[in-house]
Amino acid sequence: MVTSEGATEMENNQDRIIHEVTQNEYKYGFYTDIETELVPPGLNEDIIRMISGRKKEPEWLLEWRLKAFRHWQTMKMPSWAHLKIPEINYQDIIYFAAPRQKVKPESLDDVDPQLRETFDKLGIPLDEQKRLTGVAVDAVMDSVSIKTTFSETLAELGIIFCSFSDAVKNHPDLVRQYLGSVVPYTDNYFAALNSAVFSDGSFCYVPRGVRCPMELSTYFRINAANTGQFERTLLVADEESYVSYLEGCTAPMRDENQLHAAVVEIVSMRKAEVKYSTVQNWYPGDKEGKGGIYNFVTKRGMCKGDYSKISWTQVETGSAITWKYPSCILRGNNSTGEFYSVAVTNNHQQADTGTKMIHIGKNSSSTIVSKGISAGHSQNSYRGLVKVLKNATNVRNFSQCDSLLLGDKCGAHTFPYIEVENSSAVVEHEATTSKISEEQIFYCNQRGINLENAVNLIVNGYAKEVLNKLPMEFAVEAQKLLQISLEGSVG
Amino acid sequence: MTHYSLLTFFSSDSRLTTHDSRNLLVMLQIKNLSVSIQGKQILYDINLEIKTGEVHAIMGPNGSGKSTLATTLAGRENMEVTHGSVTYFGENLLEMPPEERARKGIFLGFQYPVEIPGVSMVNFMKTAVNEQRKYRGLPPFSAADFLKFMREKKDLVSFDSQLTNRSVNEGFSGGEKKKNEIFQMAMLEPVLAILDETDSGLDIDALRIVANGVNKLKNQNNATLVITHYQRLLDYIIPDFVHVLYDGRIVKSSGKELALILEEKGYDWIRKEYSNGAGM
Repeated sequence: MVTSEGATEMENNQDRIIHEVTQNEYKYGFYTDIETELVPPGLNEDIIRMISGRKKEPEWLLEWRLKAFRHWQTMKMPSWAHLKIPEINYQDIIYFAAPRQKVKPESLDDVDPQLRETFDKLGIPLDEQKRLTGVAVDAVMDSVSIKTTFSETLAELGIIFCSFSDAVKNHPDLVRQYLGSVVPYTDNYFAALNSAVFSDGSFCYVPRGVRCPMELSTYFRINAANTGQFERTLLVADEESYVSYLEGCTAPMRDENQLHAAVVEIVSMRKAEVKYSTVQNWYPGDKEGKGGIYNFVTKRGMCKGDYSKISWTQVETGSAITWKYPSCILRGNNSTGEFYSVAVTNNHQQADTGTKMIHIGKNSSSTIVSKGISAGHSQNSYRGLVKVLKNATNVRNFSQCDSLLLGDKCGAHTFPYIEVENSSAVVEHEATTSKISEEQIFYCNQRGINLENAVNLIVNGYAKEVLNKLPMEFAVEAQKLLQISLEGSVG
Repeated sequence: MTHYSLLTFFSSDSRLTTHDSRNLLVMLQIKNLSVSIQGKQILYDINLEIKTGEVHAIMGPNGSGKSTLATTLAGRENMEVTHGSVTYFGENLLEMPPEERARKGIFLGFQYPVEIPGVSMVNFMKTAVNEQRKYRGLPPFSAADFLKFMREKKDLVSFDSQLTNRSVNEGFSGGEKKKNEIFQMAMLEPVLAILDETDSGLDIDALRIVANGVNKLKNQNNATLVITHYQRLLDYIIPDFVHVLYDGRIVKSSGKELALILEEKGYDWIRKEYSNGAGM
């Protein structure tokens, strides 16, 4: 009935998955011992000048950083989230760390073999031949971009996909035009901090009428100790273009907490569509809640033109604390915003995540599907705002916020905010909270499926609506990640 | 009747050819079994022996402990066995976790099948069948082979094609849920099938479909334990033995004619006889 070749292949595949599922440790927790160039710890104008100088930035950008820094000094860390954040001493953090490479690599052969090995180990080979066809990668370690693959292939279509530093150098007008146009440096505490000290990140511009033929992705890796990562991503989709973008992230296991405060800005012009997916797997800390990344991120997209669309999909499994609200400003008429999220918290993790949909354009619509999964002693909150402005007629929103609890020591919370100033709007909100029932588990057991696989099956079923939104190659990864994240949370 | 061809179909299964089909083997032996739930005793001193090739029916009024017996055999955690033993082909069944019992061929058709949102029937069955195959040292099905296998089984028990694309039992009607249990039974090819009130809530057409499915799956190497309140299912699934469970005890065991007597006289007859004799 079964061909033996196919059977062995499937068996191997199965074994591999089982092996991955049963390993308890965070598998990306290794550290690469590489010579790293650091600026001294602390934050002041000299440090910012040093970062800007090291990156040979133009004067306007330094000025922008300094303005952001001065503004940040007047601000206080937000305290409204349902999070317990230990005090952070911003003078203890190192704001710039670069793995030492003699020259900026022109080809893959110039990339330090140790760095190549690091990314190979993370499953992100920088070698274009080995890469999944159809995915271009910008690999970022600590404060710098190591290598961007497929840049040349994309350039033939007029698509710019490069590190943020290269964009500042080679496309200063585009950067200047859009930097801070969606998330101004005054926006919030962490956005201001990022604007002052941001190091690297990705830049993408898709010209008018071009459909980007491959997935673009950035892989962020924190390596050096006591450093923060402050990357900045800027995506611009010109009229009638399309791009799908994915980011992934990991960090070594350490007892100290590390700060990650990124900013992502997206601009979608008339009839353009941007799909932005995140698989966030920062080190979450150990079982007792020691260590882990503080992930305080501002992500926002502007649907600038009519009929434009921005879709956020996130699978959040890592970080000790997550504070993140990927949002859409729906300025164009008939524009569309989407937010699909699975947030998993286990052990002592805390997450306060959700979205904001700001409806300015007429006939604009938005969809929110949030699936929270809490286990262990974790706290998982959804916080979302749907706002309809006075002139936005015929707005539609549908929100669905589901929480799934595993065990009785965790918490799930939903904080929906709805502000409607136009009476023609139709805003719907649905919320459910459920537990995996003993009946469901027994039903699976009775069909020969053990407890752990039963939980995986049920959790993946619960999250399916969101996982289906991920690009194919990553949906499988995300499924496995869910399994690993919930390892040992039941029974 | 296609009984003969079905027998040859089943004998192609490597699992079944290990038994000599001419000899009836003792499959399940329940001895002096007493079961409590949360400290309350439900079953008293149950004795039952099931051999390969047999069909047993357990009948009894509501609350007599029928479902408790079924779920105890399937291994549900909150059933506390306070006394007695259960062996399955000579092995101590009570020591096995529920998934191991399932992999060894014990199937429970649930009285109230549970919904599992987002998990498609295809995915659920593929996981279950491959778990069982792994246990038996067989390679997992490839996607194509699995779909072919599923199509065969769907046809065998007249299961609606659309339903396998939906989430497990989600939004299924009562009848669809019960048919789904029989479909899963066909997929898992159990050695001992325990059907807990599979007939309840079914109209006569659905009942016939369900019973047909059970009859088609029956052979000399497996056994069926039908649990029912009503006699009417036993018009379609003819039992070799009928046992009456009353107040947690098996108070009568006999051939299939017992079901007809029960139908005629009602459970009151048992109630009277039992309470008269209980004083002894």
